[in-house]
Amino acid sequence: MKRILAALSAGALFGAGLDESNMADPRKVLAFLDVFGQWDPSLLWVMVGAVTVYAIGYRLLIRRDRPWLAHTFNLPTASRIDVRLLGGMALFGIGWGLSGYCPGPALAGLGLSNPDVFALVPSMLFGGWIADYWSKAPSLPVKTIAAEAK
Amino acid sequence: MGGHVSNFTPWSALYGGILIGLASLWLMATLGRIAGISGITYSLLPPKAGDALWRVAFVIGLPLGACLWSFWHGHAHATSHAPAWQLALAGLLVGMGTRLGGGCTSGHGICGVARLSPRSLVAVPVFMATAMLTVALIRHVFGSTP
Repeated sequence: MKRILAALSAGALFGAGLDESNMADPRKVLAFLDVFGQWDPSLLWVMVGAVTVYAIGYRLLIRRDRPWLAHTFNLPTASRIDVRLLGGMALFGIGWGLSGYCPGPALAGLGLSNPDVFALVPSMLFGGWIADYWSKAPSLPVKTIAAEAK
Repeated sequence: MGGHVSNFTPWSALYGGILIGLASLWLMATLGRIAGISGITYSLLPPKAGDALWRVAFVIGLPLGACLWSFWHGHAHATSHAPAWQLALAGLLVGMGTRLGGGCTSGHGICGVARLSPRSLVAVPVFMATAMLTVALIRHVFGSTP
């Protein structure tokens, strides 16, 4: 029960932050991405605020043996820079630029009675499912470059 | 970086960013998990026993928090006025891309960058570049919206 409340409150605080920063408004996001138009740097400040808080807090947190409500810290260890990462991120960027929605604001929009996300979220989930299906196909060419070489 | 700076809201952006950073820290402090929205969501398709409830709670909390905060602050919320097919196509690309690339603006952009993850430090400039290029093409080459 504590774990569920922790996750619920983390999600709610994240959603509140998205709304406070206006990042759930696609026009605000697109104004940041429109570097050749009326550029609005607000999104950069959201990143600066979030990254600064997380960078400091994270370093203090992982000195502890374990999180409060779980046995271990689950930290991604992958460091390969491969075609999947580059291609995936390129596709994501195109979708982001096409709509002004990344996954967080898209889900937050479900609570803001924003009609956009009722078209976007189902196809986003479907897209994630397709990617999973592809990834399991053995023919997927994966070329890796050691991260250290970068 | 041409054009004029317009509608810049540095303070609400910074406050909101700090809230997002605190939310991500809270999830790490309590459950030891990275606050990556795409990863948290997609790992529910299909749900795995013992690992689903916290994900469901987070995914419900996100719109709930946004909803409550918007009531409190009275933000006027607007939509993009993009046609449904464009939103659906965008969703498909966002879903495929973030699943293949293992993260989005939150997992790579915030947590990964703050942890100096090499994958995230590559991911962010790649998706920023293709997103900016897409907007440039839509708005300034084809003269379309949004």
